[in-house]
Amino acid sequence: MSKDQIILGIETSCDETAASIVRNGREIISNVVASQIESHKRFGGVVPEIASRHHVEQVTLVIEEALEQANMQPGDLDAVAVTEGPGLVGALLIGINAAKAFAFANSLPLVGVHHIAGHIYANQLVEPMQFPLLALVVSGGHTEIVLMREHGSFELIGETRDDAAGEAYDKVARVLKLPYPGGPHIDRLAHESVEAIAFPRIWLEEGSYDFSFSGLKSSVINYMHNAEQRGEVIIPGAVAAGFQASVVEVLTAKTLRAAKEFKVKQVIAAGGVSANKGLRKSLEDTFEREGLPFTVPPLFLCTDNAAMIAAAGSVMFERGHRSTMAMNGKPGMTLFDWN
Amino acid sequence: MIWLGIDTSNVPLSVAVVQDGQLLVEWTSATKIAHSIGAMPAVEEALKRANIKPSEIEAIAVSEGPGSYTGVRIGVTIAKTLAWTLKIPIVGVSSLQILAGNASLFNGLICPIMDARRQNVFSAVYTNELEPVLQDGHYALDAILEKLSTSEEDILFVGKDVAIHWEAIQHVLGERAKRASLHLDMPRASVVIEQAMTKQLPSIEETHHFVPDYKRITEAETNWLAEQKQVGKVND
Ligand SMILES: [Zn+2]
Repeated sequence: MSKDQIILGIETSCDETAASIVRNGREIISNVVASQIESHKRFGGVVPEIASRHHVEQVTLVIEEALEQANMQPGDLDAVAVTEGPGLVGALLIGINAAKAFAFANSLPLVGVHHIAGHIYANQLVEPMQFPLLALVVSGGHTEIVLMREHGSFELIGETRDDAAGEAYDKVARVLKLPYPGGPHIDRLAHESVEAIAFPRIWLEEGSYDFSFSGLKSSVINYMHNAEQRGEVIIPGAVAAGFQASVVEVLTAKTLRAAKEFKVKQVIAAGGVSANKGLRKSLEDTFEREGLPFTVPPLFLCTDNAAMIAAAGSVMFERGHRSTMAMNGKPGMTLFDWN
Repeated sequence: MIWLGIDTSNVPLSVAVVQDGQLLVEWTSATKIAHSIGAMPAVEEALKRANIKPSEIEAIAVSEGPGSYTGVRIGVTIAKTLAWTLKIPIVGVSSLQILAGNASLFNGLICPIMDARRQNVFSAVYTNELEPVLQDGHYALDAILEKLSTSEEDILFVGKDVAIHWEAIQHVLGERAKRASLHLDMPRASVVIEQAMTKQLPSIEETHHFVPDYKRITEAETNWLAEQKQVGKVND
């Protein structure tokens, strides 16, 4: 019987300081997330310098907690995986330098992980992947359709040409004067509302798997502006429902079309916006109807966490990927193949 | 006792290993290589040259700022993580006092300078026994010079960034302003250790709470506080 592989994952790319220990790339032993949402609220968004300051305060506490919950010592680990990019550079650097120092002091190998690969591999913590696989990655910074023909192989099928879906949610939430972060509030309002304003669907040119959300955001702002000028009562729930319906329809339709074109065996959703109830339901219903296996991780694995970094790092580690003590943060890192 | 010292609070990088009060290795550079790339390899190399394993380090001294926010954080994150996982104490030393420490033989006052843009500096004024005459802080350069102009003593300006402000300094202080030589302008990790050794060692439980001393709140907080004041005025 071969020995278990134990990986410590560290994630600090945005406003969560997280550490997690994962066994064999699939089983979460411990998962610790220190969220900073409360301290960014008053600014209406993540302030990079404040995020970095919080990461320095939290990072060793979070790693210690992950080890304690797992009842493990550094000597029980096989490797340290850390988010190398993309993300806020100052924030990334805290996780990276903590990971480097920890790995160096304990003579452990170090593996730099792409944040989006992490989001996709969160699914491995739920169900093993079946290839070819299509991943819809939706978050505050990303809206991408990624085709995977095997482990560690990533083909970008479509991406946003302007705002990420989560960004559009936050901007519309601000227009509706909803508290930060706005996504969950829009989701809730949309869910409760019976009315929905009709907003356009932005499909781009025929056959494109790319997305555009800035036009939709402008439509929402124009609608609000015109309604105000005409002295009409604006029903936030109807705006939220209309906006969400447009986003969800486009995301679902493009994912479905790509799933059919590439004849995939599994479709997964990943990233913070995949916690959105409206989107989850639409994807679940659609793929059930089509008879295609669809998985989306539980909510705590959709938002940023370190278990997903350990899960992706586990496969990279097996394939011999190693990072050096000179690893730098890569804020604009692109997904690359692991072969 | 084996000490590891680290300073990444500004452009220069310095790493040193001191054993039983003797400097074994010191690496100091001021190239454009980012600290996130250069700092850990320098730590690794310094220990290798000193033939010391990470587990043999008994205490860590680090520059805690002020300086470049990102730079300070990289040194502090490395030092803090090493200290925590090796279960050894971490001692922070002011980056300004580290520079001043280079010049403790000077007969007069010592003024370390780090540029903070828009005619502002991180600075302090120390006696040659490293007693602060003016506390570490974020100041308008003019305010520092005005304060120094009332003193009778010679003043030695230390730090790479003195070059940026030298004309203004000489203009106000004339002959009394002296400029440190090249090797004194660099923060030295051996000085970080030397000054850390004079302090009481903290318990290892305190490591988690070790944070940089930025000497400034963030711009976002400054703006937010100003807005609150505005709102306050309107409501009054
Ligand atoms: Zn993310």
